[in-house]
This record gives sequence, C-alpha cells and structure tokens, in this order.
Amino acid sequence: MTKIHLTVDGGAVSEDVEPRMLLVQFLREKLGKTGTLIGCDTSNCGACTVHLDGRAVKSCNVLAVQADGGEVTTIEGLAATYDGGELHPVQAAFHECHALQCGFCTPGMIMRSVDLLNENPDPTEDEIREGLEGNLCRCTGYHNIVRAVQTAAAAGKGEEQ
Amino acid sequence: MTVTADRPAAEIGRDRRRKEDRRLITGSSRYTDNIVLPGMLHLAMVRSPFAHARVTSIDAAEAKAAANVVAVYTAADLDESAGVLINAWPITPDQVTPVHPVLAADRVTFAGEIVAVVVARSAAAARDAAELVDVDYDELPAALDLKEAVQDTVLAHPDLGTNKSALWVFDSAAAGTGGNVEDAITAARADGVVIEREYRQNRLIPAFMEPRSVVVDPTGEQLTMWSATQVPHIVRFALAATTGVPENKIRVIAPDVGGGFGGKLQVTPEEWLAWWIARQVHKPVKYTETRSESMIAAHHGRDQWQKLTLAATKDGRVTGLKVELTADLGSYVAIVGGGVPVLGAFMFNAIYKIPAYHFACQTVLTNKTWTDAYRGAGRPEATFAIERLMSDLADELGMDPLELREKNWITHEEFPFTTVAGLEYDSGNYEAATASAKKFFGYDELRAEQARRRAAGDPVQLGIGISTFTEMCGLAPSRVLGSLDYGAGGWEHASVRMLATGKVEVATGTSAHGQGHETAFSQIVADRLGVPFEDVEILHGDTQVSVKGLDTYGSRSLVVGGEALVKAADKVVEKAKPVAAHLLEAAVDDIEFQGGRFGVKGTDAGVTIQEVAGAVFTAHNLPDGMEPSIDAEATYDPINFNYPHGTHLCAVEVDTETGQVRLRKYTCVDDVGTIVNPLIVEGQVHGGLAQGIAQALYEDAVFDDAGTLVSGSFVDYLVPSAADLISFDAHHASTPATTNTLGTKGVGEAGTIASTPAVVNAVLDAVRQFGVEDIVMPCSPARVYAAIAAARAGDTGTTTEGAGA
Repeated sequence: MTKIHLTVDGGAVSEDVEPRMLLVQFLREKLGKTGTLIGCDTSNCGACTVHLDGRAVKSCNVLAVQADGGEVTTIEGLAATYDGGELHPVQAAFHECHALQCGFCTPGMIMRSVDLLNENPDPTEDEIREGLEGNLCRCTGYHNIVRAVQTAAAAGKGEEQ
Repeated sequence: MTVTADRPAAEIGRDRRRKEDRRLITGSSRYTDNIVLPGMLHLAMVRSPFAHARVTSIDAAEAKAAANVVAVYTAADLDESAGVLINAWPITPDQVTPVHPVLAADRVTFAGEIVAVVVARSAAAARDAAELVDVDYDELPAALDLKEAVQDTVLAHPDLGTNKSALWVFDSAAAGTGGNVEDAITAARADGVVIEREYRQNRLIPAFMEPRSVVVDPTGEQLTMWSATQVPHIVRFALAATTGVPENKIRVIAPDVGGGFGGKLQVTPEEWLAWWIARQVHKPVKYTETRSESMIAAHHGRDQWQKLTLAATKDGRVTGLKVELTADLGSYVAIVGGGVPVLGAFMFNAIYKIPAYHFACQTVLTNKTWTDAYRGAGRPEATFAIERLMSDLADELGMDPLELREKNWITHEEFPFTTVAGLEYDSGNYEAATASAKKFFGYDELRAEQARRRAAGDPVQLGIGISTFTEMCGLAPSRVLGSLDYGAGGWEHASVRMLATGKVEVATGTSAHGQGHETAFSQIVADRLGVPFEDVEILHGDTQVSVKGLDTYGSRSLVVGGEALVKAADKVVEKAKPVAAHLLEAAVDDIEFQGGRFGVKGTDAGVTIQEVAGAVFTAHNLPDGMEPSIDAEATYDPINFNYPHGTHLCAVEVDTETGQVRLRKYTCVDDVGTIVNPLIVEGQVHGGLAQGIAQALYEDAVFDDAGTLVSGSFVDYLVPSAADLISFDAHHASTPATTNTLGTKGVGEAGTIASTPAVVNAVLDAVRQFGVEDIVMPCSPARVYAAIAAARAGDTGTTTEGAGA
C-alpha cells in the first residue's frame, strides 16, 4: 500500500492505495466518484476521461499513485451542478444539442471536449473530429457531439449560439 | 393524424430538450456498476480459451485458499435452482436446440464460455483468484466456418448429431400470397434477366458502451436484481420460469442502462450465476464484465450467407425473388436466436411489388459466440440483400438504379398494400421521400461529377449508393407472434396516476436505455391530459414500479408503448369527467375536455384536471358510489406492424490507388410518420446511420482457425470514431401511420437498416467500371484495393471473405 495525497474536484483527499490501482478505480471505488465510467480495458473508449492537472487523461491509463500530489477534476467537479446549479458551457451545449443518448460516453466526452476547447478555442469541424478520436460513442453517430462542441466554442467567443 | 381538434398538439412535434440529460451530463447517473451494497461480494468468471473442448478437470483449491476469496463454484456445485438459459422462439417444431447450462460442465462450446466462478470480497481479489483456477481441457475439433458447419463434417455438439438447427420456409405460392418463384425464374431465364448472387452478412458485435453488469440482493423478502438489460420484465419471467423462485418474489431493475441495440435483450449466464450465487452466500453480489469479456460473451449479430435469385423482365420489372439463407446461431440458440433471420423473411420484398417469393433459412450451430438481435435484427440483412440486388439489376440492364426502383415500388395510391410476404403495409410515400432525398443530395450534380471523374481517370473515383428501404417494427401483434411460435405476446402496458398535488406519474412497461422515453412520453401525456410537460414523470425499468411490460426492442416503445400511454391517459380523462360534472353541478354529457380543463358546454364554468385530482384525493365530494380514483392503466396489443421507410443516398470517394473509402455525403429522408420529438428522432437516425455505415466499412467479428475471436477488443473491433464519420444530411417526410392514434412509426432501427446497402452500393458504384462485382463487408482498404487489382487483372472475383481490415 502507498499513501497518496491529491485534490479531487476541489477537495483534499488522502488514501492508502495498492500500487497497481488505476486512477479510475480509485475515483470510483475509494471516493465513490461514479460519474466517471469504465467502458473498455484497452484505453480506447475514453469513457473514463478526467482532467489531471488541467489536461484530459484517460483515468484507466493512469495509476492512482501517479496522481499523487496532483489535481483531478471529474465530471462531478466540472461545475457546481449539485442542487440545480449552473452547468459548464460544454455540459449546457451537450444538453442543448442533444449530444447524448445513453449517456455512458458522455462524462468522458465532455471532459475531453473541455480540454479540446482549452487547447483550441475555435476548432474546425475536422479538428473537433480528430480531437475526439480517442472517445467512442455508440449512440449519436457523433453528429450532435460535433455540434455541441461547436456551440460551446461559439458561446466561449460570446457569439449567439 | 388523429390528434383531435379539441386537444391541440402543443407538445407533440416540439424539439424538447431531454429530461434525462441533467443526471447524465453531471455524473449523477446510476448505472448498475455504480451500485454498492453493504457486504457486497464480487464475481469473476473463469472462461474457456478454447472453442470446443472437453473439460477434464478443474482444480480450484489454490483459488479457494486465496485471501478474500469466499467461494469458487463449478458446474458440479450447481443444483436445479440455478436454472437454464431459454430460447423463447423455436422457429420450427423440430428445431434442434442444445441445452444451455449457466456453467459449462464437461464440455465447452465456444471460446469465452464460463467454466467456474470466483466469489471474493473485492472485484480485484476475484479476478486474481480466477487466474488461480486450474482447468484442464482436451481440445475437440470445432465447427467454425458457417458453410462447412452446415455440411455436418465437424459437429458443434456431437451429441446432437447435426449442426443444422432449423429450416424455416415461406413460399408465396403455398401461402397464397403470390405466384411460384421457380416459374418466374424459368420464364426469366427464357426471356428476361436472372440475377444470381451470394452475399455475406458479416458478424457484428453490438458494442454498447456500458459493459454488462448485474447486482443481486438476496436480503429481504423479495430478491432484487439490478441488471444492465433492455428487458427487465422478460428477465423476471425467465428467472421465475427456470430457477424456481416465484415470479412475485422477484424484482428486476434496469437502472440507467448504457446502450443496448439488441445486445442487452438477452437472458445471460452471468445474470443467472449472480442470481444463484447470491442465494447461496446470502449476500449481495456484483458482476461487471470487462470489455474483452463483453466482446466474446455478449451475443453477436448478423452472420449469414445469402444465396439470392432475382428474376425480372428485360425492361426491369421484377417477377420473382428466391432467398436461401444460412444463418449462424453460434453454439447456443439465444433467446430470440433463429427468430432473427425469420423476421427478415418478411422484408426481402421490401417496398417492391414482387409477384412471386420464396424464402428458406437454415439456422446452424457452430462453436462460436451465440448470435441474436442486433439493431434491426433480420431486417438489415434483408434490406442489404434486396437493395444490393436492385442496384445489381439496374447495372445489368443499364438503367438508373433509382428509376429501376421506382418502376417496381408500391406507389402511394396503392396503400394499404398486402405484400407477397403477407404483410399489410398501411401507409407510405416512396415517391415523395425519394424526390426530396434527390434534391437535398444533389443527385444530378453528383452524377455529373462522377462522370467527369470517370472520364478523366481520376485516381479518386466517386460512387453513389442508393437504399430505398422499409422495415417492419413495433413488435408486435401477439397473434402474429403466436402464429410464428414465439413464446410471448407483443402487447405493452402503461399506467397513469394523477397525484394529489396535480403532478402526473406515469409507468411504462418499455425500458429505455438511451432512447429518451422520459422526454418523449412526457410530451405525449402532457398533450393528452393538458398538463405541463414538467409535471409529468415517466417511470420505467423496475418490475415493481412498471408492473407489467414487455420492454424495449424492435422499435416498439413509441408505437406500442406510446399507444398504451395514450389509451391510459384517455381513460383518466373519461374517469375524471363524472367528477368534473359533479363538481360543476352539470350533466356528464355537457362536459368537454380541452387543454387540461373540463368545461361545461356553453358556459365559462370549469375545473382543471389537477383540481379534479385534488377532489378525488380528498374524496369529500364525489358522485355517490364512485371509487375515489381517476388513475388508469391500459394494455395495448398492436393490430399490425408499423412500416417506416425512407430513401438514403450515399456518396463515397474511393481512392483506387489505396482502396481507402471516404464518405463524401450522406443524405436520408426518413418517413417515420408523426414525429413526437424531432430532436430525438434525428438523434436516433444519426446513431443508426453510424452503426449501419460501420458494418459496411469498419466492423467485423473475426475468428481465427482455432475459434478465437481476434477482433475481441476496441483495438481490433473498429467501432468508428468521430474522425471516421461525417455530418449527416438527415431529413424527414411524414406519412402518418394509420394503425395507431398518434400516427407514429418506429425510428430506432431505421438508420441501421437503411444505410449499410447504401454505402456498399456506393463503393461498388465507384469501382464497377473496373469489373468489380462484389466486395465483402467491411469494405476495408485491403479488400477494396484487392478487388480492384483482381478485376483489372481480369478476375471479377468471387464472394470470399479473405483478408479483413
């Protein structure tokens, strides 16, 4: 067991973990952060995407011990949404554009989209599609996910949606 | 459309944003694997690495001794209360059906079959200990290739003596629905055209994003199962029927379910094992599969060889169609199993007036993963065959493929139309959808570009593919299912409760897993009852809440479940009328209901439905003898299937130097009747297109010579990413269905059914000029390149699977 200290969704966390424990297992099993989901075992699907020190990572591909001292943001900490609080603009755009159906890829897709827009606030459709290549969705055909990222990008520029 | 004038359709037709979204976009979801209960134990499966082998010994001593392991079970430990896995649709009385035990005993029949289960205090401990279970196998020859398996040279189940499970036949001459197809073929050989083809339907994996998961809580009086399933009511029935637990002691809950596409309409060994083990250890248990397990053990779809003969006159009028299918069941007959290709039997004739039709399907057992419904379930296979044939016939006759189709399709004046397969199509307008699709697509312009590129010898050639599809959905009239020997009915149930506070609680027997029922059904109820959309709560997916139901598959939820909802809501209004009359001191006949208000004809007096609900709750002042309730329920059995249709046009660019296929434009005009929520409908179409395109270009469940699934992860099984697809040009036409109140038609499977042949026809349209006649799906760069090279070398090719992606 190894003791790790990190910040998760704004709160300080300290736990003993097995060295082999994945960050996603740590989030789900130790912290009950079940908003972050596991869709595969080959790091292809991206359902488990969270932010580590401000960048999107697939949390199935990071050991919990590697997050020691870091700052993790999950879908649950992206915006103060408890008690009906305001959504993050990307969450709002996913809702507005019907960019989710079963919702299983959605937390990862949103976290990746936030990172994509941080890197490139004004992406072309091709850049969005390439940027989301590591996150699989089986329901939407991506059409409305692309629209949602475009909508969030436009909102970020203060344009009409 | 029969939304009556006194109930304006304020909500129906509105692009309401979904009620479901907030919990899903904020991480407040409840998928089965999120559920944690006190004392919960975890299961890990030990699975066979061999496709066919005798199990000579299992040594679990080391696993049992490992830290935090509670138990290890093998088939020897099971008793009758473990149950078996059932096939609900024996397609013929003499169907050969192997017994499907929940744990393999002395023989494993596919790579991935479970031979032992470890129960431990954590999922990690269970998986570690599963590695310690020592199983000795004696490998047996495996029946793998479908065409070889049907020859019975190697048997998937030696004790059965054959791999041939059932032969299901429909003949229009025998059924009295049409002529004799052999006569039509003979006549066409003498003075007409005969197209003979053999197409391959590649095996697919549903690949829902949420791996399957099951939790069973045996504490308390009732046993509760949470499962990532499409079919909680069917699971409950099957548990009761096979495990000896009375049905009224069983509660099955499908909480948030992360996609299904047919892949979660199964009753599974994993569910049955969790059910039995929880009762042995008297503690809650959980099993969540890994993606790799999901790929090998959750049922697959498609997998057919289609031998087809199409007869036509020289001017392009189809005179007969003969279909001979060989369909791979895998090693067990799944719950619908052989019923999937049989559903397709009714759809090969599609939108066309075909005077003579013969269909025969041989289902075959192999040592591969079982197959069952996958989005479309029989209809994509049928649509692929007929739409490929029509394009091949057009090519043979030198006709435009759209003109050929128009020459043969049912015109809109001809509805209702009884087809050669014996179904009555209630409505449709193929001309309108096609005209509209051509316009949006820019058909003539793209044909002109194609001609230019061809003339110039451009290394990147343009191909245009067509699919004018229809399908049968809204499963299903119970009598029809009975006539096909299906083991259940096709009705659906709904109940509507008016709460004291004026809110409305609705329970539906359908079980959504991404479709947006909470939103669309709220819209329907809001309109029927004249209450705010926000005040309607749709409950589903829990057999103790939605007490009756037959769940979600076959594009049935709106057209069958929605109709039950309409009928239940209308009963509420009828029950409320006497109360309103009583409160208003008027005669019941003078009460009219509009916009949520009961008024007295010719006066301003009235009460709202919420006020009536309040009065019924207090029950202080009701008509004498009246039961204090205006709640109502309805069980609706559909009178017919439902026939959405559409025209799909696909343009692809084929790089003849690399074999790479790039989607250029995809236009579709789908006629799904009255649309409740256009946003949701469009989303269903987009997702359906992606899955149909994926079959054509990317996805393939490939087994090696030893029977190992080699495309068994998302590394090898190519679920398309955003970068592989384009934005779709999706539109609607609307010819309301005449067989339900709202005029709705199913939409969940339409995109998948229609798109696969559109894409393959487009690829072939680009390369036919070189002499290519067929490319087996998925049309990977390797296959397209090889087909072009072979054709240029003078070999028009045969339909073999060859190298995949």
